[in-house]
Amino acid sequence: MEFGLSNDQSLLQNQVARFLKEKVPLDLVRAVAEGRQTDRIIWSELTELGLPGIMIDESLGGLGLGLLDASIIAERLGYGVTPSPFLTSAIIAPTVLQLSKQREDILSKIVTGETRVGIAFNQAIRPAHESGFEIKNGKLDGSLLFAIDSDADYYLVADSDKTIYLIDRNSAGLESIPLSTVEKTRSSAELKFSQVEGDKISDDPDIFDKAWNAGLVGLAADNLGAAQCALDQAVNYANQREQFNRVIASFQAVKHMCAEMAAQLEPCRAMVWYAAHAFSDIPEESTMMASHTKAHLSEVGQFVTRTSTEVHGGMGFTDLVGLHYWFKRCGFNRQALGSPELLRDRAAIAQDLVP
Amino acid sequence: MDLSFGPRYEDFRSEVRQFIQEHGSKSPQAGNSGSKKAMAWQTLLIENGYAARTIPKDYGGYGGSPDIIESRIIAEEFSKKQISTGLGGQGISMLVPVLLEMGSEAQKKQFVGPTIRGEMLWCQGYSEPGAGSDLASLSTKAVIDGDDWVINGQKIWTSTAHLADWIFCLVRTEPTKPKHQGISFLLFKMNTPGIEIRPLVDMTGDANFNEVFFTDVRVPKDQIVGERGQGWMVANAILGHERGSLAPPDAAQSRLNGVIKLMEEKNFAGEKVIDNPVFRDRLMKIQGRILAMKCNDLRLLSAKINKNQDTQLASMIVKLQGTELRHELESLAIDVMGELGLAYGDNPYIKGGGSWQYQYMYYLGLIIGGGTSQIQKNIISERGLGMPREPKIERKD
Repeated sequence: MEFGLSNDQSLLQNQVARFLKEKVPLDLVRAVAEGRQTDRIIWSELTELGLPGIMIDESLGGLGLGLLDASIIAERLGYGVTPSPFLTSAIIAPTVLQLSKQREDILSKIVTGETRVGIAFNQAIRPAHESGFEIKNGKLDGSLLFAIDSDADYYLVADSDKTIYLIDRNSAGLESIPLSTVEKTRSSAELKFSQVEGDKISDDPDIFDKAWNAGLVGLAADNLGAAQCALDQAVNYANQREQFNRVIASFQAVKHMCAEMAAQLEPCRAMVWYAAHAFSDIPEESTMMASHTKAHLSEVGQFVTRTSTEVHGGMGFTDLVGLHYWFKRCGFNRQALGSPELLRDRAAIAQDLVP
Repeated sequence: MDLSFGPRYEDFRSEVRQFIQEHGSKSPQAGNSGSKKAMAWQTLLIENGYAARTIPKDYGGYGGSPDIIESRIIAEEFSKKQISTGLGGQGISMLVPVLLEMGSEAQKKQFVGPTIRGEMLWCQGYSEPGAGSDLASLSTKAVIDGDDWVINGQKIWTSTAHLADWIFCLVRTEPTKPKHQGISFLLFKMNTPGIEIRPLVDMTGDANFNEVFFTDVRVPKDQIVGERGQGWMVANAILGHERGSLAPPDAAQSRLNGVIKLMEEKNFAGEKVIDNPVFRDRLMKIQGRILAMKCNDLRLLSAKINKNQDTQLASMIVKLQGTELRHELESLAIDVMGELGLAYGDNPYIKGGGSWQYQYMYYLGLIIGGGTSQIQKNIISERGLGMPREPKIERKD
């Protein structure tokens, strides 16, 4: 019995952590967030480590690893608020294309970093806004809001029946318009379809659900890392900042905020591992675990980034310290692929608790 | 990742199941610890290695070698069939491990066997009216007079004092030394002259605890565990043992299943609470948190077996998270029942024997007992996160 990361997984995680610390400091994150730089430079560096192909079969040049391995990378990317299309291009798209056995050409190009694939799943998940597409004359008409990754070369889009289409960004009739959001380390877009040619990838709802689950675990892992970094920053700051002739970390009011963050966050680590493990090895628990894990991590991530900001006092609220990048990272992760309420409902449905 | 225990342990699991099938009907109801049935069951469990498993034969145990997985499997299988895992109480769960580690040979021979067989019941004399969270400031004192310790003072929160044959007790023996170095760990009989017990009724309506008063209580001076002044070290070994066991996630999960059943019952209008999305979301929120604690527990188990993970923080947070979570869970059940959740005692409409109401209050007690949530947060921030202690205020005396 062994419930934890293997030596290889720990090595991989440490390697990526060192790499990100050195190559993607907050200054670079800020440059991307402010539009002075794109995340392409970061993605090509991550490609040298083989990360885009982490879940892609070795026969296509990938590393052929599982969702747990991808999650520990996502955790580090969240820790560093690293701008990258990892969630969509390295987790969700490979899950869809490999399960449906489609478009190996695209998978090979994800591995080499030549191609990135965005997603727009919210019509299938539940539209919180007036958007959606339908098929007319065998082609896509309509629009989708908040597609993830405005810089993608392809998009996987899903309709209300969980049928998935692959759209080439350069297709005639497709307009992709970047949408500003509070989160600047990952990009969103509106996709407008006017008789756009779509490549039907899958009409198996099970494949959609699996890709959804993989994405949820990836987001939860990203949140785990982001919240951990927010907690670490709070503790460091409190240990240095002096008021009333003592470091504020010696005040119980401050210590208890940090203890509460740690108490809520630490079990999340094991929960993310378990959800990732269930995805491949305990399929009957996968939907329930993925939904619960992302919902729970969303709550904890919000609590931790908010509380960390409070520990920093007024400085936490400034752009200068940059803590808001972690706060907003968790804010994005909370809404993407379903809010906590929606996902808890999905967990209840998975247990037959909903009429 | 490998969540299976492997074939050797699956064989062991079959053995346990076989035992339960053959003998399970002899198991007493939970909480029936004083009965003859409970004592006979305990003897059977020890003979077969399902209780006192790792306690040496010389001291009355089964004499098995420690194996975390075997213990886990026993706990899992017994809990599945709701079979009693044998006697509990502070003597068995807290004193025996300490005696095995720090007691003299004579003490092990004298106390361990009768305690694990349930023939000798213990209570714990730690907290005092003036020494709660700051336990090390306790003031019950013991002085040597001839061959005896003479004890004066008062203890509080002493559960089972009225039933206990013996007490393990912290007393101040070296008043001139710093507070942590002036305490000794004494064992004595509860029928010694000079001991008075007063029940302390709590919010549940039961007297789960007592106050115990000592007036010139004479105790033979060799009834000490460890040396004079080492009592704090001994006590801390036991407290560490207590904390993790106050809020097991498996118990929370089985209570959660109980709430789900409650929510699935139809009321007179034919409606079920579980169909109400607000209630359902509360249930799911708590389920998510229980799952997180279950996964955390799995990680702690794995770390114990494989000794390859640093889980200090992961184990420190269990008491704080577990007791608060459990209280919220019981509170949900009360809200599910509405006014029926107020029913108590002999109310003929009471559901589930009133266990939800009782546990709702009892777990508020557990949030405080065994180190309050605030003390837990001090421990987490200081030992887990490396934050400094609150500056000390000079003693008044």
